[in-house]
Amino acid sequence: MKIRLEKSLAPNRTSQTAVPVIAVLLALVFCGLFLAATGRNPFEVYGAMFSGALGSEYGISETIVKTIPLALCGLGVAVAFRMQIWNIGAEGQFYMGACFATWLPLSFPELPFSAMIPLMMLLAAVGGGFWGLVAGWFKTKWQVSETITTLMMNYIAILWVNYLVYGAWRDPQGLNFPLTAPFPEAAMLPAFGTLRVHYGIFAVLLLAGVLWLMFKSSKWGYETLVIGSNPSAARYAGIDIRKNVLMVMFISGAISGLAGMVEVSGIVGRLQPGISPGYGYTAISVAWLARLHPLAIVMVAFLFAIIHVGGFMIQTMGIPSAAATMLQGAILFFVVGSEILTRYEIKLKAKEEVQND
Amino acid sequence: MTETLIVSILAASITAGTPILFAALGELITERSGIMNLGVDGMMLVGAVTGFMVAVNSGNPWLGVAGALVAGGLLALLHAYLTITLRANQVVSGLALTLFGTGLSDYLGKAYVGMRADHTFGKLAVPFLSEIPIIGPVVFKQDALVYLSYLLVILTALYLYKTRAGLFLRALGENPAAVDSVGVNVFRLRYVYVVVGGALAGLGGAYLSLAYAPCWLENMTAGRGWIAVALVIFAIWDPWRALAGSYLFGGVDALGFHLQVIGLPVSIFLLNMLPYIFTILVLIIVLIRKGGRLASPQALSVPYDREER
Repeated sequence: MKIRLEKSLAPNRTSQTAVPVIAVLLALVFCGLFLAATGRNPFEVYGAMFSGALGSEYGISETIVKTIPLALCGLGVAVAFRMQIWNIGAEGQFYMGACFATWLPLSFPELPFSAMIPLMMLLAAVGGGFWGLVAGWFKTKWQVSETITTLMMNYIAILWVNYLVYGAWRDPQGLNFPLTAPFPEAAMLPAFGTLRVHYGIFAVLLLAGVLWLMFKSSKWGYETLVIGSNPSAARYAGIDIRKNVLMVMFISGAISGLAGMVEVSGIVGRLQPGISPGYGYTAISVAWLARLHPLAIVMVAFLFAIIHVGGFMIQTMGIPSAAATMLQGAILFFVVGSEILTRYEIKLKAKEEVQND
Repeated sequence: MTETLIVSILAASITAGTPILFAALGELITERSGIMNLGVDGMMLVGAVTGFMVAVNSGNPWLGVAGALVAGGLLALLHAYLTITLRANQVVSGLALTLFGTGLSDYLGKAYVGMRADHTFGKLAVPFLSEIPIIGPVVFKQDALVYLSYLLVILTALYLYKTRAGLFLRALGENPAAVDSVGVNVFRLRYVYVVVGGALAGLGGAYLSLAYAPCWLENMTAGRGWIAVALVIFAIWDPWRALAGSYLFGGVDALGFHLQVIGLPVSIFLLNMLPYIFTILVLIIVLIRKGGRLASPQALSVPYDREER
């Protein structure tokens, strides 16, 4: 017998959903072996993660709270990745969105809720979008690789927020902690009852739905897909690539920027360092695992939020929460590696048949 | 500025540039073979933590270096398998490697945060050479790994431009089908160079944890792996230019630090932005000078498929 890979003519639908599921399972096994090798019982660890994230009202609420920024950043990343624009700057765009949004309640604390929240959302989208647009502009103007610029700009954005909260924006009543003044009530997104889950969830659902429709049936959705898969065909068809790169980088950054606003306005209630534990990076795995499908992104974001919250919970067992980051990286690895199975078919052939090929 | 200050800034530029130099040389070799590996930062982190753990437990920093080489190489092997054998998307596989490496290093190193290694790399003055005014204390009063990096640049340049194997390496990235047609195994060679590149990234990480810092801190690379990736473009895939570029970056890093020591009234956060802003600016300048067309290896990040020759 001999194993061969043959290019499949049409991507096979069942394998497209089955393969990511198998990849996740393989990643669990892989990290399980690793946990076992470092002296832990993988079943215990995974069990504790799962029950920590979903076993109580508090756990479920926290998991949804983490799903919101992950899903939003994931949607932002997907907009760019669909066009093979490798925007890995969601983290910086998140910080810039939070930063721009924070400016409003700090400068105009008297604004009513009905003006405050929409304006903050707008500012966040502009801030994140601008941060993405700069990288897009460098790319269209001088062909600078967006992968490197967006990543460098993540560090710059985080340092910029630190600069503000350690300096000009520091709360005079804050006992010298690096925090801005707390937001007024009108700048806070409402939450459901006593839970921490807030109305940002509506932004997730709405955006996922809109993007799903746009990707599927708008001219823009089609054009960006063509540019990504076959740029020379796109050029031949008269699609303006430059305009699309700029637009996509702006929209992609704007969505991640919105995630930053939703986080400070729904959860933190002020701007401070470390508002994101790497949502922008995890979102890359989320988007890719979901095959850049907006509705799937929401589901995968929930899965990754389970891992994230579970990782936090296992710290009580003396296991570093980094085990969760590792698991998320491994999942992306296996997903990338198994992609060949959706593009190729595995053929088992008897020896003679191979010779007849 | 006094002469001592200038000397100390220049010497610090080399020290700060060395981890980037190791990683950039590794990525340069990898990309010359036609594979792009964006997992440099992850491999550096795992190299840093492995090097530190091995050095602490064995009391021998050279064993730490060996551990870092192996760790970086193993991670790169994963990338090689995914991108060469399974022909996966190189950008995403590299990103996965960085995410995985960041998590893995954090997981492994938790118990070592804040620990001090008793045996690290200290400064060793080269006899006679270190007596030369200015150049001596800058270039020849460094640690052993810096001297290793000088040697490595020379060896890489000789290998690349003066040997038959180096010719094949360059051809791998330009026209793998031609290499294949003379009976050389493209897949095997690419595996070798990707792993060597990863090992060097691991060494760059070990330099941070065993000579530069010397300690282990989660995420201690602070994006240096990405600066190395940018540097390879800046260097137009040439080892000598990579050397110059690394020290330029080291210089920006060192300058920020020294300006702070002098007491310049600028926020530390703004000074810390300098290397990142500089990276972007340098890329823009190189691209403007080359009119947007870089002499990058033609087959870079194109998976090789024998059936599609």
